[in-house]
Amino acid sequence: MKRSFIVIMSLLLVIALLITGCVPKGGDEVKEPTDTPSTDSSATPPSESKKEAKILRTNNGSEPGSLDPALAQGTHESWVLDHTFEGLMKIDPDLKVVPGMAEEYMISDDSLTYTFTLRDDIKWSNGDSVTAHDFEFAWKRALDPELASDYAHQLYYIKGGEAYNTGEGTVDDVLVKALDDKTLEVTLEAPTAYFLELTAFYTLYPVNKKVVESDPDWAKNASTHVSNGPFTLTEWEHNATIKIRKNENYYDSASVKLDGVDFDIIDDENTTWQKYEGGDYDFLTPLPQAVVAQMKDNNNPELIIGAEVGTYYYNLNSKVKPFNNIKVRRGLSMTLDRQTIVDKIAQGGQIAAEGVVPFGLPDENGKEYRDAVGKLVEYNVEEGKKLFLEGLAEEGMKIEDFKNIVILYNTSEAHKKIAQAAQEMWRVNLGIEIQLENVDFQVKLDREKAGDYHISRAGWIGDYMDPITFIELWESNSSFNDAKYNSPEYDQLVKIAKTSPDPNERFDAMRKAEQIVMEDMPIVPVYFYTQPYAQKSYVTGVYKPLVNYPKLTYADINK
Amino acid sequence: MKKYLFKRIIMSAITLWAIITITFFLMHSIPGNPFRKEGKMPQVVYENLQKKYGLDKPLPEQYIIYLKNLLKGDFGDSMKSKVETVNDMIRRGFPVSAYLGLEALFIALIFGPALGALAALYQNKFPDYISMIIAIIGISVPSFIMGTILIQFVAKNVSWIPIGGWGEFKHTFLPAVALSLMPLAYMARLMRSSMLEILGQDYIKTAKSKGLSKSIVILKHAIRNAVLPIISVLGTLISNLLVGSFVIEKIFGIPGLGKFFVQSINNRDYTLIMGTTIFYAIILIVLLLLVDIAYIFIDPRIRLTKEGR
Repeated sequence: MKRSFIVIMSLLLVIALLITGCVPKGGDEVKEPTDTPSTDSSATPPSESKKEAKILRTNNGSEPGSLDPALAQGTHESWVLDHTFEGLMKIDPDLKVVPGMAEEYMISDDSLTYTFTLRDDIKWSNGDSVTAHDFEFAWKRALDPELASDYAHQLYYIKGGEAYNTGEGTVDDVLVKALDDKTLEVTLEAPTAYFLELTAFYTLYPVNKKVVESDPDWAKNASTHVSNGPFTLTEWEHNATIKIRKNENYYDSASVKLDGVDFDIIDDENTTWQKYEGGDYDFLTPLPQAVVAQMKDNNNPELIIGAEVGTYYYNLNSKVKPFNNIKVRRGLSMTLDRQTIVDKIAQGGQIAAEGVVPFGLPDENGKEYRDAVGKLVEYNVEEGKKLFLEGLAEEGMKIEDFKNIVILYNTSEAHKKIAQAAQEMWRVNLGIEIQLENVDFQVKLDREKAGDYHISRAGWIGDYMDPITFIELWESNSSFNDAKYNSPEYDQLVKIAKTSPDPNERFDAMRKAEQIVMEDMPIVPVYFYTQPYAQKSYVTGVYKPLVNYPKLTYADINK
Repeated sequence: MKKYLFKRIIMSAITLWAIITITFFLMHSIPGNPFRKEGKMPQVVYENLQKKYGLDKPLPEQYIIYLKNLLKGDFGDSMKSKVETVNDMIRRGFPVSAYLGLEALFIALIFGPALGALAALYQNKFPDYISMIIAIIGISVPSFIMGTILIQFVAKNVSWIPIGGWGEFKHTFLPAVALSLMPLAYMARLMRSSMLEILGQDYIKTAKSKGLSKSIVILKHAIRNAVLPIISVLGTLISNLLVGSFVIEKIFGIPGLGKFFVQSINNRDYTLIMGTTIFYAIILIVLLLLVDIAYIFIDPRIRLTKEGR
């Protein structure tokens, strides 16, 4: 009996030593593991608060890398930020750009100087007033090379901004200035038609100068997080949950019907879908591809195909033979059956691409941009094959040479299916045997930058509602021009579109530029993105700005 | 004994250093970079980021800096998260994974050896078939399928069991079951074969012929010896369970450490790759050491040979 006692004791010892002894040197005392669930449960009474308070429950796909607007990089951050902060302008439920923190603004005759006057009754969640100084501070901070913000380039439109961020200028040369507590003056590098809308983008959100200066770690915890939007961050349990609650200091809080939003942080789409179906969530995006297809087939009213401005495409590396040949590039584009790809493979309500600029963006007359520019890509196997073979002959290449050509894509089931479809379409239509290669996302980006690929999958989601957000991608020294497209005429048109104060001239230049790029075909556009989401029938008031995740600010729960 | 322990600890330290060095250079040799983004990031900003995290320095220099910080117990800043350091992530994630792992271990330790012993005692009879079917399912069905099945058929039908998430004890139930199946099955098989071997030994026959009751023979003579192989695999098993499982944590939405092992590599989050690897290595090395020590106490035969040297 004594020995078996020793057996059990040593087992227990092993386990006990483990819990107490194996903490890394730098670690504080680790909480007793059993504590974790119980402390969590005391802080999380979802079922109790649900009855009285209107809390919308949903999921944020992954843990935010930061909830500091200057350091945010993607939708998993901006979805929370868009509800907790507000810029000078905002996008209202009619998808119009309207004053947010600003009450009004004035634009100088040369379209270079913007003078914003702030509202009177705007406050931070800690009770401080939101001032023009906060904006000046926030923008200069985002441009500070020391901070190394990923999205600093959104502030390059401000005179001196790019120079400061790239280390060539000083902070004093950045022309954004608070004239007094209520007035902010911004001078731009060149007339920028979409600058007002840019002020609604998260990198341009203000931060509380006093808070940030006194506590550099302010954005790391809910308790020290200070914001100025319709909601405030009240709880952030890393990798588990984020809770935001109505900000009573918000000037428009009377219109906000929700008491808060609870975001889970679960990255498995199937699990979150099960939770939505099981009633744990009121709202959910993104959805698994198969679920979207099925919901569409059943005409499920809970499915909404949200509009998005984004283009899915293939880069053709023009530095590599035979993709230096326009005829080859055009031939590949003409023999790709985009309609079949969106109907049978992508299945998320995507739209077959008609150019590089997706639907939804207004032109100079407020009408759909695509209407005037028309369909710039066609599916024409016969013509495409002819062009392709001609081009190939010009390069002294044969169909067999395509055996070594590879489509590069980042590992994902969806990209794989589309690449396989393209491979098959080109095999049937052109007789070429292209190879597929999947790599980690980070590797794909590295190889694209180094020009080490033939054909690569890419996508771009617009940052603001102006076609230039797409058109500028293929300017010869754009950092996203991985196809290495180089056309002086195109560059000139991009320059006009970026700097001309005349809307007619701008849009003419953009239409022309898109025609040129679709004539030269350095990239093969495949489809325009959509953002499907699901919401329970009792949820109302959610709207989807084209360039943002769905806005829950004015949502309501009518149970 | 003291000398043996001392030797083992020195060896462990060398092993750890080798792991750190190999991981460090392997990691930097794979293509990809933590700061490449699918976006319009200007080259200058990219270089600023490289500089901020010291990636612009020559690799040997980075290695020395890393080792220096490591000696201070500092795993560095995560290159992806601007909120938590690697130490923070491990400090937060490990208790979660360990809690789940211990729960799974508990389930596996209770049912695994018991199933195995049962199978051996009723060799080629009904209980044997049942327990071996369970064992085969446990070993051959991957945890992502088991997790999905549990969600689909258990969580969706039993109202008190949540589908995923973390917070209360009820959240741990399904993932712990899914996590325990593999070690449970493994232990059951191990127990069965070692039990079968021992039941055929002479001393069991002696015990039986002495007229001891069947239960005393099994409990006192057979099981105690049969359990030894299980203890020898416990070190690896426990360390695997403690640091969490990528698949289970992803499927059930658990904020543990397991996810970081895969995510850090996908993101090329160098500091986190190093942090998780070293942390896991330490746990594994310590546990293997403990198992060896435990073995000396449990099995006198080992003590004799060791001392005989």
